[in-house]
Amino acid sequence: MIISVASGKGGTGKTTVAVNLALSLKDVEVLDCDVEEPNCNIFLKKNLKNIEDVSIPVPVINEKCDFCGKCSEFCEYNALAVMKENVLVFKELCHGCGGCKLVCPKDAITYKERKIGEVAGDDSFYQGELNIGEAIATPIVAAVKKKIKKEKTVIIDSPPGAFCPVIEAVSGTDYCILVTEPTPFGLNDLKIAVEVLKKLNVPYGVVINREGIGDERVEEYCKKNGIQILMNIPHDRRIAELYSKGIPFVLEMPRWKEKFRKLYEVIK
Amino acid sequence: MKQLTVISGKGGTGKTTLVGAFAALAGNKVLADCDVDAPDLHLILKPEIKEEKKFSGSKLAFINYEKCIKCGKCYENCKFNAISEDIKIDEMRCEGCGVCAYVCPVNAIELKKRDSGTLFISETRFGPMVHARLNIGEEASGKLVTLVRNTAKEVAEKMKKDLIIIDGSPGIGCPVIASLTGSDLVLIVTEPTLSGMHDLERVYGVSKHFGIETVVCINKYDINKENTEKIENFCKKSGIDMVGKIPYNPEFTKAMIEEKTIVEYNDDPAVKDMWKKIEERV
Repeated sequence: MIISVASGKGGTGKTTVAVNLALSLKDVEVLDCDVEEPNCNIFLKKNLKNIEDVSIPVPVINEKCDFCGKCSEFCEYNALAVMKENVLVFKELCHGCGGCKLVCPKDAITYKERKIGEVAGDDSFYQGELNIGEAIATPIVAAVKKKIKKEKTVIIDSPPGAFCPVIEAVSGTDYCILVTEPTPFGLNDLKIAVEVLKKLNVPYGVVINREGIGDERVEEYCKKNGIQILMNIPHDRRIAELYSKGIPFVLEMPRWKEKFRKLYEVIK
Repeated sequence: MKQLTVISGKGGTGKTTLVGAFAALAGNKVLADCDVDAPDLHLILKPEIKEEKKFSGSKLAFINYEKCIKCGKCYENCKFNAISEDIKIDEMRCEGCGVCAYVCPVNAIELKKRDSGTLFISETRFGPMVHARLNIGEEASGKLVTLVRNTAKEVAEKMKKDLIIIDGSPGIGCPVIASLTGSDLVLIVTEPTLSGMHDLERVYGVSKHFGIETVVCINKYDINKENTEKIENFCKKSGIDMVGKIPYNPEFTKAMIEEKTIVEYNDDPAVKDMWKKIEERV
């Protein structure tokens, strides 16, 4: 089974749920797909090795170019500008669609791979990491997801929000755990995440983290819309302290392991 | 006119809460919510929408099945896996590049503008605000962020405002880079947790990469004083000014629930002091 852990709002406890769930189950593989800010390994403390670099192709213009301008005319992303005797390539804007090479009448375009990040890991844990200053995270999420071992219980930690890398991380998973907090921001962003999952056709349930800090509106929303609340994690100083030190709370509060196992039984 | 952008790397450290407070404290400014895929600032500022514009970020391929001969060329050439073997478009994956339409031998594919979201120009009790809503599953969040930022600048010029305060999104990728562009000062909001620290270092790397002056504040600094000290040392070592340390205070959440800024709910001296320092810098 492949379980993704997502949230609209950042900082609600995705990584907390992903890591503590993983440590409560047997035969688990964890994939950290929050490649802009991967944090699972702060808690898992695995010895990671570089597995592969992730690159995207960027066009290189050779001497056959006669500056006809067809490539820049075709490019939807404004990644090419053809001057009188020069072609400028804005590599950060290139999506790697391959269109410029297809339209070039002189066969003057080749592609060079440009590294934008990497995948690191060991046997049961993989994480992607986007290089600083790079904009496009989705290919790295896709590369991490290639490490899925179907025979295991796979837990995917998604980035926050509802943009492209989130969709890449969550799509094709068997179930998505949405982590939220009982505040107006938490509720607003939960509603956005629910819309994403409806569109992706992935079943989902909700974990309410920091129960007690806010109000009842998240619970009311879930009840009204028939969304299952899988777990409530209380606003507890001990849990917050352990988090701040990078310690998964199930290790210090082992009775929670049973709760996470029950959660897994419910969604299985 | 100056531009201040508030980011954090890690989500949930208090960006929007602080931008709300700054909205109440700052003088002649325009507010911009550049967290377009999960915007929250409007929940506190309750903008009254004055103007709205449809936004189209990218195109989307449509197949005319009456013409299609199922030759598979589009499927073979699509680099985004947006066309299935049985020639169906996956709307979520299509990046609108146009390669499929180009390689189609029978002109069965057309690219049309997609409805990617909406831009709003609004008025709040603290002045004008520019915000947006990205449609569910749409890409091009970076483009919409750029549109919000540019529109905020136009509004500021027209209304003779001298500051733009931008609420950014978490992470370090496309939307964050788009919200940083053109900033005079970046405020990174962090928290004294190992995750917060790790993410601070990465997002600081981004603002440094683009050569933007950066200051840091620690929210809930008293939940782990040892980590707070480590953050202070990191900032000192990197030559970053620490503009504020805000203690953990449940009133922040109470203010949010009442849809007020912390300044309106309860005079918080830590936030006020911090704003004074930021105002001087920017």
